[in-house]
Amino acid sequence: MEKVEVSICVGSSCHLKGSRDVIEEARNQIMRFGLNDKVELKAAFCLGQCGHDGVTFKINGEIITGITKDKVASLFENTIVPLTK
Amino acid sequence: MNKFDTLVQELKYKVLKEVALNYYNGTLDENIHDIPKVISPGPKATMRCCVYRERAIVEDRIKLALGGDKANPNLLEVIEAACDECPFGGITVTDMCRGCLAHRCAQNCHRNAISFGDDLRARIDKTKCVNCGLCAKACPFGAIINKKRPCEAACKINAIHPREDGITEIDESKCTRCGQCSYSCPFGAIMDKSYITKCIDIMKGAENGKNYKAYMIVAPSISSQFHYAKLGQVVTGIKKIGFTDVIEAALGADMVALNEAKDLAEEKFCTSSCCPAFVRYVETSFPELKGKVSKNLSPMAAIAKYIKQTDPTAKTVFVGPCIAKKMEMFREESSPYIDCVITFEELQALLDALNVDLTTLEEKPLDNASYFGRIFARCGGLSDAVKEALKEQNIDFEVKPVACSGLDQCKIALTQAKMGRLQGNFIEGMACPGGCIGGPSCLTHEVRDAASVDKYGHESKETTIKDAISNSMADPSICEIK
Repeated sequence: MEKVEVSICVGSSCHLKGSRDVIEEARNQIMRFGLNDKVELKAAFCLGQCGHDGVTFKINGEIITGITKDKVASLFENTIVPLTK
Repeated sequence: MNKFDTLVQELKYKVLKEVALNYYNGTLDENIHDIPKVISPGPKATMRCCVYRERAIVEDRIKLALGGDKANPNLLEVIEAACDECPFGGITVTDMCRGCLAHRCAQNCHRNAISFGDDLRARIDKTKCVNCGLCAKACPFGAIINKKRPCEAACKINAIHPREDGITEIDESKCTRCGQCSYSCPFGAIMDKSYITKCIDIMKGAENGKNYKAYMIVAPSISSQFHYAKLGQVVTGIKKIGFTDVIEAALGADMVALNEAKDLAEEKFCTSSCCPAFVRYVETSFPELKGKVSKNLSPMAAIAKYIKQTDPTAKTVFVGPCIAKKMEMFREESSPYIDCVITFEELQALLDALNVDLTTLEEKPLDNASYFGRIFARCGGLSDAVKEALKEQNIDFEVKPVACSGLDQCKIALTQAKMGRLQGNFIEGMACPGGCIGGPSCLTHEVRDAASVDKYGHESKETTIKDAISNSMADPSICEIK
């Protein structure tokens, strides 16, 4: 099965909105669910959603905006983990 | 609001702007022969002896704006119609010499090159004179002068000289393309080839990200440019003309600093590789030290490579103060990553051609790199960053940097290194005086520029190199030239 591609925006705007903490949390979640072989975590530059609060994700091509550190866990539970099954 | 240092720069800008405007609108073929008249409408000449000469010079500038002479491997070309054939010849006695009795000029000459004729005036034996200037300093009448062309004076490695017919000529085998001659010529007779049309193709071809994404990589010296607007407005302006994102080359500098620190600790001695003119200088004039040049990509190439790793269809355009950087578009190790290089002058022309007034735009953030990546723009910054990178990586190695800016300083350090007498173990080589902020294609060359680079550095969210790298999820080893 192909890996789920999870890109997190590290462009200037998302960086200032805390992408570093979000990336760290995403790494924690990958450990938590043991997804090392199933998820490919990548960086992306601007995904064109600078107007939203929070950080922008692209999951298998689909854009998801407004992710803050405390929303990462539920994003994994509800969206990313099901895609790996 | 004066955007330019000199009228020469403004003339260059006007031509670039006209070319960009017409190329963008697809009207270049139709209008190319009218551009000289737009720039120099006449009937009265304002820059030269007559409008026809002015227009001839503009025609040559248009050719350079479109990439110049393909047969000439150099990036710098002498515009023959513009060369004023300035006086040359070095130390010369003028009519001001009064034929005094003191002969302080001769007393101060260590070469015994000064004698006195029947008219009692000083004469210089050119076969003995080394142009040291001690006689000129000693003369109480200021009667002895140094006749040197500004282009010659600016070239610290003697790669430019008058041809037999008087026109200036660049010595291709020595020239590093640093471009200091081009900035120094008061007549604007030396210009760099421009790839502004290639940049327009990339911007337009992206169709606002529909076909592929175009990224503009900005040199850290951007902080000292565009004084009339805020940096955030420049970012918005760049996005407005068709780029998806603006990314700091300084993030590439962060990667390079981490890698360079490791290499230095292993090799015990190396030179930097960020400045393409310095690298070329080593290759052409100090081939025995070629192996000592850092095996890392330049910050520009490193970040461009990273961008293409995150987005394989991306196109990358670098904007900076540098003419020599244009060489990296063609160098084997960097050409796969960087698609086009333009200068701040060219970006200004492009923005104005597309009617983008930076002062009216909202501000967008620019924050990818650390303080240390950002201060690469000024002399000594790279050395500070390598020191920090050793510390952050717990590498036990004491770096003794020799920071050189200007090819004259580089020459001294490289000569010492060749003889094994360098008082240090790391040469930071920058071809322009003061580092990149003294680059030939800066819009301003003011003294406050070094301070504004540091100020910009301190505005960075990340204070350590490792934080900036970990935020971007990059692996600094991508800098290595394989």
